[in-house]
Amino acid sequence: MFPSLSRKVYGKDLVYFDNAATSQRVQTVLDEWNRISSESNANIHRAVHRLADEATQAYEGARDAVKEFLNAAGREELIFTSGTTAAVNLVAFCYGEAFVGEGDEVIVTEAEHHSNIVPWQMMCKRKGAVLKVLPVDDSGHLMIEKLEELICERTKIMAVTHISNVLGLINPVKEIIDKCHSRGVPVLVDGAQGAVHCKVDVQEMDCDFYVFSGHKLYAATGTGVLYGKKKWLDAMPPYMGGGEMVGTVSFKETTYAPLPMKYEAGTQNFASAATLKHALEFVNLLNDNELIKYNDKIKDYLLDYFNNDPRIRLYGVPHGTSEEKIPLFSFTVQCVHHEDLALILDKMGIAVRSGQMCAEPVMDRFGVTGMLRASLAPYNTMEEAEYFVKCLNKAIDMLI
Amino acid sequence: MTLIEAENAIVEEFSMYEEWLDKYEYLIELGKSLQDYPESAKTDDRLIKGCQSRVWLDYKIEDGKVMFNADSDAIITKGIISLLIGLYSGRTPQEILSSDFSVVEKIGLKENLSPTRANGLVSMIAKIREVAYGAQGLV
Repeated sequence: MFPSLSRKVYGKDLVYFDNAATSQRVQTVLDEWNRISSESNANIHRAVHRLADEATQAYEGARDAVKEFLNAAGREELIFTSGTTAAVNLVAFCYGEAFVGEGDEVIVTEAEHHSNIVPWQMMCKRKGAVLKVLPVDDSGHLMIEKLEELICERTKIMAVTHISNVLGLINPVKEIIDKCHSRGVPVLVDGAQGAVHCKVDVQEMDCDFYVFSGHKLYAATGTGVLYGKKKWLDAMPPYMGGGEMVGTVSFKETTYAPLPMKYEAGTQNFASAATLKHALEFVNLLNDNELIKYNDKIKDYLLDYFNNDPRIRLYGVPHGTSEEKIPLFSFTVQCVHHEDLALILDKMGIAVRSGQMCAEPVMDRFGVTGMLRASLAPYNTMEEAEYFVKCLNKAIDMLI
Repeated sequence: MTLIEAENAIVEEFSMYEEWLDKYEYLIELGKSLQDYPESAKTDDRLIKGCQSRVWLDYKIEDGKVMFNADSDAIITKGIISLLIGLYSGRTPQEILSSDFSVVEKIGLKENLSPTRANGLVSMIAKIREVAYGAQGLV
């Protein structure tokens, strides 16, 4: 099902534990990309010929699949982007243009990926607005109790991650959204990890924007989704001009296309976007009780290991049960540098992430220059987890 | 030993290790034995910052030769640094600039040097060359 997983690295079977950065592609995704590129390659939405029609259907079919996946109210609320980063940038820019002025405030959290900080920072700088930060506590939980005092009448929007790519804890986004809404503040949820590990229902969550990437969800790279409530997408100006986003164009005035085309300027990455449909079909297969139980067993095994080895510090520790934790473990080892461990594990065939993980504020919060992160997908096995623990122990012994 | 001879000696030494982990064991030992780098010299202007490890590089010019001292917070990188210092410290700027620095690639550590890894090592080699280049006029 996942051809890349059967390869060897340095003569060892690959153990791919860097799924939070990107997942491997499922065969049906590869097939679809190939099919469109080799059989139905034509620019979407424009021509009346057969190839263009096929490409358009594949692309728009993916939009329908995403609508169902997120339970969005309408397909016009779903904009394809190149990824989560592009989606956040789109909202930060366009929302900023429409609604943010000098002295206004934007709230983010300390647990965010750079992609959910920098676009807001740029917008605040442009608009003379102020960026406020909701902190996380020592266990990696957002300090929700501080939210009330952060919100004021100048707060224009809050951006929060569903699950931090470092801490791996499912944040109580519904509670945050309710709190923000009660004060009239809309919320963008960064679902880069959340869409992979949680069942998302944007209507039930009542978020104003939800963004995620296809490449972390078994689809082709260069794909992303912006869900936005229609009222916001209608009220915001377009992001980029040209291509498919126009109604009529003259030198005097240009009108814009209706949603979702309004935000999809230029030729889209249609062959990749179309694979989202197949990736989401695969995600549906994962909703299997036996598989979920098996994956939970692996998660609990690793959580137990990370919590009980005195040399290891785990970041993002769940309260009580492991239910709020996804199989994503960022950690440091006493007196050992993350780069050394990552280099040695790599030669043992194990791919883990090391470094700042695009989240320098989280590193600063915990006073480290970097961490190691093992992030698992449903295709990982208990044998791989046990091999990882064995290799990590061996690597630590080599370095101490 | 000329610089080229010294580089070749290291390449030969490394050819004895067939297993990656043996190479790393050797580098870890080298890293642990690297001479003390004073804490007071771990300043921002000597810091070569990467996403992974941090490298500090200090130098002085004595009798027409460039003397390097360096440190890293990661031990394998420190081992490679130790190799580089052993090779290039105490040489004239001309000698240093005559090297193509392919030794790291030849001993199979090329992936440690991939620019996308953004680790301090790429920058360190660039810095060694830069120092040697700047020192040409001084000696």
